[in-house]
Amino acid sequence: MTAIALQPRVHPAVEGGLQLEVTNVSRETESIVSITMAAPEGGRLPSYVPGSHLVVQWGNGVNAYSLTGSGNAPSEYSISVLRVGEGAGGSLAMHRLCVGDRVYVARPRSAFAPASTATHHLLVAAGIGITPVLSHARAAVERDSTATMIYVHRPDAGAHVAEARELLGPGLIALVECTDRGSFQNVLAEALITQPVGTHLYVCGPVVFMDAVLEEARGHGWSSARLHSEAFGAAELDAGEPFTVHLARSGVRLEVPAGVSLLETLETAGQSIPNMCRKGICGECVLPVLRGAPQHRDLYLSEQEKAANNTMMSCVSRSNDPELELDL
Amino acid sequence: MSSTIIETDPDAALLPERIRRFPFPFASDTYRYSANVEPATKTAPTEAGAWGAHLVDIDEHYLDELAERAKVLTRDPSRVNVLPHMRTAVWDALTTLLSSMAEDYPDTMSFHREGNICRWRNGLQNLEVEFTVGDDSSLPEGPLRFLGTQIQDDIILLDIREDTLWLDAGLVTFAADWSFAFDVGMNFLEIHHPVPRVKEERITSRAEQFLLRLQPGEQFRRTNWTMTIGRRMDTSTETYPEWGPDRTTIADDPAMPEKLHLRVEVQHLIRLPHSGALLFLVRTHLLPLTDIARVPAWREKMGHVLAELPDDMAEYKGIIRYRKAASDWLLAR
Repeated sequence: MTAIALQPRVHPAVEGGLQLEVTNVSRETESIVSITMAAPEGGRLPSYVPGSHLVVQWGNGVNAYSLTGSGNAPSEYSISVLRVGEGAGGSLAMHRLCVGDRVYVARPRSAFAPASTATHHLLVAAGIGITPVLSHARAAVERDSTATMIYVHRPDAGAHVAEARELLGPGLIALVECTDRGSFQNVLAEALITQPVGTHLYVCGPVVFMDAVLEEARGHGWSSARLHSEAFGAAELDAGEPFTVHLARSGVRLEVPAGVSLLETLETAGQSIPNMCRKGICGECVLPVLRGAPQHRDLYLSEQEKAANNTMMSCVSRSNDPELELDL
Repeated sequence: MSSTIIETDPDAALLPERIRRFPFPFASDTYRYSANVEPATKTAPTEAGAWGAHLVDIDEHYLDELAERAKVLTRDPSRVNVLPHMRTAVWDALTTLLSSMAEDYPDTMSFHREGNICRWRNGLQNLEVEFTVGDDSSLPEGPLRFLGTQIQDDIILLDIREDTLWLDAGLVTFAADWSFAFDVGMNFLEIHHPVPRVKEERITSRAEQFLLRLQPGEQFRRTNWTMTIGRRMDTSTETYPEWGPDRTTIADDPAMPEKLHLRVEVQHLIRLPHSGALLFLVRTHLLPLTDIARVPAWREKMGHVLAELPDDMAEYKGIIRYRKAASDWLLAR
């Protein structure tokens, strides 16, 4: 595909983000491609925390992919994408990208950060799970900390193997590749009982793989505070379901689409609502609710106030009912 | 808070810059603690002018306050501390703020970065330096001391781990009645333990949740206030014997209107992009009552706020002995 992949409508999840140009596409394995993007005008991109992910728009959907660089003052962003036949289509769209295509991305988000106090990092990856772990390994090398990596992949199908090997040295002190389940079990069991005190473990891969690794670590006495697994978007609010608001005083009905806040909808309709943080904490954008059950997603109202359902924070909260009536 | 419409007084153009740029914190005749955060770098109008367009604010006191900071640090090196795991965060803070200043003050400042090599020019100090990100020896006194010579703000860095925030590095020479050295290594709830009301009103836990959810690159701000006798920047616990006693005598001092200052902190909360640490900047502004009184709306609001403030809050702010005298003076104008 050589057509511009820039979408006509920007998805709310990437709004306020960046428009990037694909500068390189390289095949890592039969089913994994690496895609590198840069600002069309060149220059530096925002730094990111190791282990961050990038939300990329494809068609009308968005997907999150781990960034594989260290995140230190980058001029390009690289992601690697596994082709998933039965997915919503995002990975296939990514695999069709060509050099010169333009894509919308959100600013990188951090949900799998290295612990600054760790004395050592034990990185465990399976398959495409190598991507955030590679970012961690690069950061360990740059920051004069140390890491050990265990990487499980199919024979001759390991993405980024060469790059991981190049990192070996005083930062990445060991890289153990496993291509079968039995050898991995032994390597992991050995690693879990030989790490220096103060080591943190990071695991990324299929959910069952992560669960098994975490369970085994806990079985060996690792505290949960030292165990980290990749969970995309756990800290983010989802776009939510669309709903209708009825403004009782003016008699107006407004549709609040998914991904658009009630506050934004009211502002677009010309209503002036006092607000400050737009994050559900300051309490300024409180609105009186006359009818319907709000879906409270703020940090401001107490549990009792939320249960009363007669006020809501319009910047983050939505509706459990198809329609809310507000005293506006 | 910003829910009240603020209109700038038409006569305000004649006021000196220190008044026109002052971040007057009261929007009404009463004041209570709140999680009054808002996005950073939004211009906030006041009855006398406006403030807040830039992340790092530079004003007429720039060189004086930096000289004052240097003196404090020479006297008491405990005002700066970096726990070893915070080195990445310190460099992140330095590069983030210098590049922000270069954007905001292009006539006097510039910042260029190639890989980890950076060049910084600060025309206000006739300064040009080159340093390497990550190499502490590339700046004479290390990156945090250097940052403290470039901005008027006190600098606090909080590490995020175990679902809370830890005060693990900073350079604080202008503390308002607290001790940085005492708080280093504490977590968010421990630091805020002495503040009255905020636990009961769940403000601390809400603020903590808010900060934990900030994404790298996000920048917010809030204001806080107290009062200070004399134009004294360093009112830390460490120097209490020097400034504490003034609190008992100021109410009867005929020079109270010139000596007593409203102290406003513009606090920035920045989730740093590469380290993910939280940078907390505290920029202190002092304005004497005589200047406050030149803006009729300020005179009235502050007079009422001081009169109405509950005793526990007045006690914590250290103003309980003289707030009535100050209020009476303001409201009698």
